[in-house]
Amino acid sequence: MTYEELDQIAKAARAENDKYEHEINVCMGTGCLSQHSDKLKEALAASVAAQGKNTFVRRTGCMGLCAAGPLVLVDPQEVLYQHVSAGNAEAIVNSLDGEPVTALQCDLRDHFDRQVHIVLENSGHIDPEKIDDYIARDGYQALVSALTDMTPKGVIHQVTESGLRGRGGGGYPTGLKWGTVAKASGDMKYVICNGDEGDPGAFMDRSVLESDPHRVLEGMAIAAFAVGASKAYVYVRAEYPLAVSRLATCLRDARRRGLLGNGICGTTFNFDVEIRLGAGAFVCGEETALIASIEGKRGTPKPRPPYPAVSGLWGKPTLINNVETFANIAPIIRKGGKWFAGIGSERSKGTKVFALTGKITNTGLVEVPMGIKLREIIEEIGGGVPYGHTFKAVQTGGPSGGCLPAELLDIGVSYDALVKVGAMMGSGGMIVMDDTSCMVNVARFFIEFCMTESCGKCIPCRAGTAQMFTLLNRICTGQGTLDDLELLEDLCSTVKEASLCGLGQTAPNPVLSTLKYFRHEYIDHIVHKRCPAGVCNIKAPVAEIPAEVLA
Amino acid sequence: MPTFTPPPLPSDDKRWKIVNGTMRKNGFARNALIETLHTVQSSFGYLDDNAIRFVAQSLRVPLSQAYGVVTFYHHFSLKPPGKHTMTVCTGTACYIKGTDKLLASAEAKLGIAQGHTTKDGNISLMTARCVGACGRAPVVLTDGELQGMMTGEILLEQLERWAVE
Repeated sequence: MTYEELDQIAKAARAENDKYEHEINVCMGTGCLSQHSDKLKEALAASVAAQGKNTFVRRTGCMGLCAAGPLVLVDPQEVLYQHVSAGNAEAIVNSLDGEPVTALQCDLRDHFDRQVHIVLENSGHIDPEKIDDYIARDGYQALVSALTDMTPKGVIHQVTESGLRGRGGGGYPTGLKWGTVAKASGDMKYVICNGDEGDPGAFMDRSVLESDPHRVLEGMAIAAFAVGASKAYVYVRAEYPLAVSRLATCLRDARRRGLLGNGICGTTFNFDVEIRLGAGAFVCGEETALIASIEGKRGTPKPRPPYPAVSGLWGKPTLINNVETFANIAPIIRKGGKWFAGIGSERSKGTKVFALTGKITNTGLVEVPMGIKLREIIEEIGGGVPYGHTFKAVQTGGPSGGCLPAELLDIGVSYDALVKVGAMMGSGGMIVMDDTSCMVNVARFFIEFCMTESCGKCIPCRAGTAQMFTLLNRICTGQGTLDDLELLEDLCSTVKEASLCGLGQTAPNPVLSTLKYFRHEYIDHIVHKRCPAGVCNIKAPVAEIPAEVLA
Repeated sequence: MPTFTPPPLPSDDKRWKIVNGTMRKNGFARNALIETLHTVQSSFGYLDDNAIRFVAQSLRVPLSQAYGVVTFYHHFSLKPPGKHTMTVCTGTACYIKGTDKLLASAEAKLGIAQGHTTKDGNISLMTARCVGACGRAPVVLTDGELQGMMTGEILLEQLERWAVE
């Protein structure tokens, strides 16, 4: 594959698209598929055929706004329809040459205009299972230019210059990590793509893998070239069957096109990728545990150092990055590190994809530049809290993150700012809670999660989270005392400081942050024996009635 | 050094050939343990002693290690599933939107706790840690098919339908 060949494929694909007067894009991500968007697509295609319109009906990946699904986007007019069912197919096809169907039209300018799409730029525009669609939108150009015009050092320099930081949550500078693996000595090196998105309430990685798998693959190939690896693994959760099957198709197509395999682009660069299925263990999102899982063992973490960059998979130097990190690589190489560094805030560059869920109007995926205020994301892009309820808290970072109250909504979203207030970026889950959520109950939910997901290797995490759960359970059922609260705080610091891996070290975060910002709710449960949100099942204290009164 | 010959297939069941195929594809390497167990689970629906023993012997992995892996990961099940499976998502977004109540009503209706199968082997009630469809919370999987914006009534209706089948 050379530039010219790539260009030819792109031109042919574009010419194929230009043959049609209209394009109807139907979202077929997991969210819309659950509402039978596959049947909708069939109905649209049948209707187009029946009316003899010169229109192409395309399956696409996620369009982001899951709350309004199934979504249909009509190009070139760029009309977005929401809540479309197979019954509406004919009306939409009829309207192609005239006025759009107003009853179905989705007019959420605020939602879309404030977003900046880099990772999601192809999502909703291409058919994820067609490699030509991806190439038509500048796909694989970055790989070809890296292989033919750049040195591995040059690639790493661009990534370093971009200021990209790991999107899995930790925020480690990606360029630095690549540099370490590139410098490590070894005959064999590995690249691993971490798609074990265990955070409940987060689905960015699933969506990227489902909507634009080639983007991730291209990022991985560039990474492998930069660090000198020739073998890679994608570790995906078994709970994401659609992502796995689309990824498998994508690998097969790339192999067929000579973008995977031996001697890619006529160079000496060999690269191949294998898919490994996760088996439902949250701890496997931790890099050393993930490596153990790929090796076919129980997913328990190891103390670091040695870091995987030096001794990882089968003791070889290994580069592990998150799905979203790899998805950022191709645009960086194509447009340059400086371009990327121009987006975002001072120490957090680029954009971040968030999964906006919970008690919010526009649930779904959003991609925003770093540094944007939480308030903008929630109130303007997210459309605020529905049904007249009031906002109480937003939870970021999954079970390792924290709950932030309304007073902190004006902070800018960046790795450092979120850590400073006791939460963390995490992989990008953002769960909004309103006045019907009890913060003590939420803290108990997260601790229960960490307790069941603890791998059991180190005692602070294994026993600590279990004890914390017992204490929180007592408080939730109205049996807690103020001594319990003190003990809980004490345990939090022990678990935080003494645990082996990230799971245990961050497990107390939900408790610490709710204690910090919503302490009055804990006091209400303990002292007044009541749950302000009415969630916890506290039995009313039975007054001691003297025996003689009863008699 | 004598060459290793994998043990014979446990029975004529064609599904064992699929399992053997996965192992052969991976060159009977020890690290293919999880991959192979995935194949067993998807072909048979669960992992019984017989299957774990066969896989462990074929891959030359200690039986203790194979059993350790099976019990470590939530995805693997040691019990056969019911004819129908209702999986309730208990991820954060679903929890905030009340799946705990959905789960409680399903448990009350079926008279079993989560993770169990009704006595007649008809319905299994399972939980999942986030299926990644949080935009449609609360979510349940009915026989693997995702259904969003679930309510108690729809859930009970579905269980009713399965019960009379």
